[in-house]
Amino acid sequence: MRIDLTPRANRSALADALAPFLAFLAALLVGGIVVAAMGRSPAAAFATYFVAPLSEVWSLQEVALKAAPLALIATGLAFCFRANIWNIGAEGQFVVGGLCGGWIGVASHGAGGNTLWVLPLMLAVGTLAGMLYGLIPGLLKVRPGVSEILTSLMLVYVAELLLDYMARGPLRDPAGFNFPQSVTFDDAARLPYLMEGDSLHAGVAVALAAIVVATLVLGRTLFGFTVRVVGASPRAARFAGFSDARLTLAVFAVSGGAAGLAGICEVAGKIGQLQPSISPGYGFTAIIVAFLGRLSPAGILVAALVIALTTIGGEGAQIDLKLPLDLTRAFQGLLLALVLGADALSRYRVRLVPGATA
Amino acid sequence: MTPDIVQMVLVTIVAAATPLMIAAIGELVAERAGVLNLGVEGMMVLGAAAGFAVAVETGSTLLGALAGAGAGLALSALFGILTVVLSANQVASGLAMTILGLGLSGLVGGSYVGLKREAAPHLDWPGLTDLPGIGRLLFGQDAFVYLAFALVAGVWWFLWRTRAGLTLRAIGDDHTATHALGLKVRKVRFLAVLFGGACAGLAGAYLSLAYTPFWAPAMTAGRGWIALALVVFASWRPLRVLAGAMLFGGATVLQLHAQAAGLGLPGQALSALPYLATILALVLLSLGRRHGGSLAPAALGRVFTPHR
Repeated sequence: MRIDLTPRANRSALADALAPFLAFLAALLVGGIVVAAMGRSPAAAFATYFVAPLSEVWSLQEVALKAAPLALIATGLAFCFRANIWNIGAEGQFVVGGLCGGWIGVASHGAGGNTLWVLPLMLAVGTLAGMLYGLIPGLLKVRPGVSEILTSLMLVYVAELLLDYMARGPLRDPAGFNFPQSVTFDDAARLPYLMEGDSLHAGVAVALAAIVVATLVLGRTLFGFTVRVVGASPRAARFAGFSDARLTLAVFAVSGGAAGLAGICEVAGKIGQLQPSISPGYGFTAIIVAFLGRLSPAGILVAALVIALTTIGGEGAQIDLKLPLDLTRAFQGLLLALVLGADALSRYRVRLVPGATA
Repeated sequence: MTPDIVQMVLVTIVAAATPLMIAAIGELVAERAGVLNLGVEGMMVLGAAAGFAVAVETGSTLLGALAGAGAGLALSALFGILTVVLSANQVASGLAMTILGLGLSGLVGGSYVGLKREAAPHLDWPGLTDLPGIGRLLFGQDAFVYLAFALVAGVWWFLWRTRAGLTLRAIGDDHTATHALGLKVRKVRFLAVLFGGACAGLAGAYLSLAYTPFWAPAMTAGRGWIALALVVFASWRPLRVLAGAMLFGGATVLQLHAQAAGLGLPGQALSALPYLATILALVLLSLGRRHGGSLAPAALGRVFTPHR
């Protein structure tokens, strides 16, 4: 049997938009079968994963809080991936952003006088640190020509170890009974809450703003145009005189900066101090979000909410149904695989030719 | 240092190098056929979990190793369907496999956390194994180590001494031309991906059955990624995988010894050593061949869609 792929002459916009939803349904089906095989009720699992988090105000806020860093990182990554640059070290850039920005929070602890500068400085330092850390694989790709995939990933492990060292060592709270964590930040070093009494902090607004800005930059500026052209046809871009090197550095700076900003927002928002670990893999999950959102900022917003929902639902399922948290991760990996497969189906006409050989 | 201490250090280096060698030689075959599989880490960790689970249930290390390889094979089959059959993006699909593999390994291995097993037995050849200085190194390893060396030799022979190997390399260099010649691009690529996946799974099983005879979540700790770097480091040549794996194994062991000796450096700095060494090695390598151009298979990572 042979399987033929013929590029579709006129791709249907509807099929393009529906592909991720179909993939999601297929992932649900497989997930349901797995849950049933583990001897639990799939219906109860679906309710816990997808309905329960939506039914209460506090869990809705949790979903938004989880979605914010994912959307912010994935929006930055979309610039990279669109230009066919593979920054898969956003996790490291997130950690370095949180660490460097958080350092200001530790250093300014207990400082008297005017403290209005603390939070802006933290955000700026966090963004800049993520940007610079992202530029390392960018520079290594441009100059000696090292694959950015491997270097950006190796730097994740380095960043995690650096944070671990700093939180247990130099930045540890001297009065903290030897707990491996820094002082709790002053209020001046914390992101303000959006509404009194709620858990939503300003990081959610930052993520939404980033999505608006990214939409404008991608759609309305020469830089955004360059990114799209290089992604669609590198040869055409070279003929048009766009510089590969400059674009590579630019998209690494954008994605690194976005990840760094997400990192410091998490530290100054939800966590409020430095710990040996500040991310449950946001940088990697954001890669799924970027593809699920089809590398467009608006799509990424939806995808981030969906993935955040499964994560919060997964935590609920762990408590209520004793379903392991790894189930959520496996589900997310499967979802990404199916989205990529569904993409192929909307791009090509697939025909099975029995009897023929490949 | 006495010869016996040198031998002891070398034995640990070989042990640290073995999983890298097995995973890298499999990935080398896939990349030579033109497919970049970033799912190695996921296939490896799933192989570690499945291998350990089956070994505990059956009491057989051999069955465990087979199960590990089988788990890697199954995950790579999914990867092959996505990238080879459906022409999906290889980078994104590989990452999906790593995330999926990490999740599945947690599901498979969940109930085996904390269990221990006897490590895979080392060869004991009375007389030979007791030879001073070299006995343990040459005649006292476990079966995985010999298999790893045999795999490297076999892949070298296959790629450079057989017609099928020539076909595979040609497909990795120019899929359009080989397709026009009537060679079965997608079939060869799919088989190469399966071989790579089985090797990654086996490498994982080595970790949980021989290297540290237990299963712990995410126990591969980036070794799958280092194996990928190793292929680049080896310039896509099998025998250089051997040398590279020893070098990286050496960095790992050095790091462990330095921690034990208490050099005054923070443990985290030493733990970062293998990753930093990988980056440094890749940079030096690129600088060294500034004028020679890339040695990578020309079609590596590029999607092939046969038009008719």
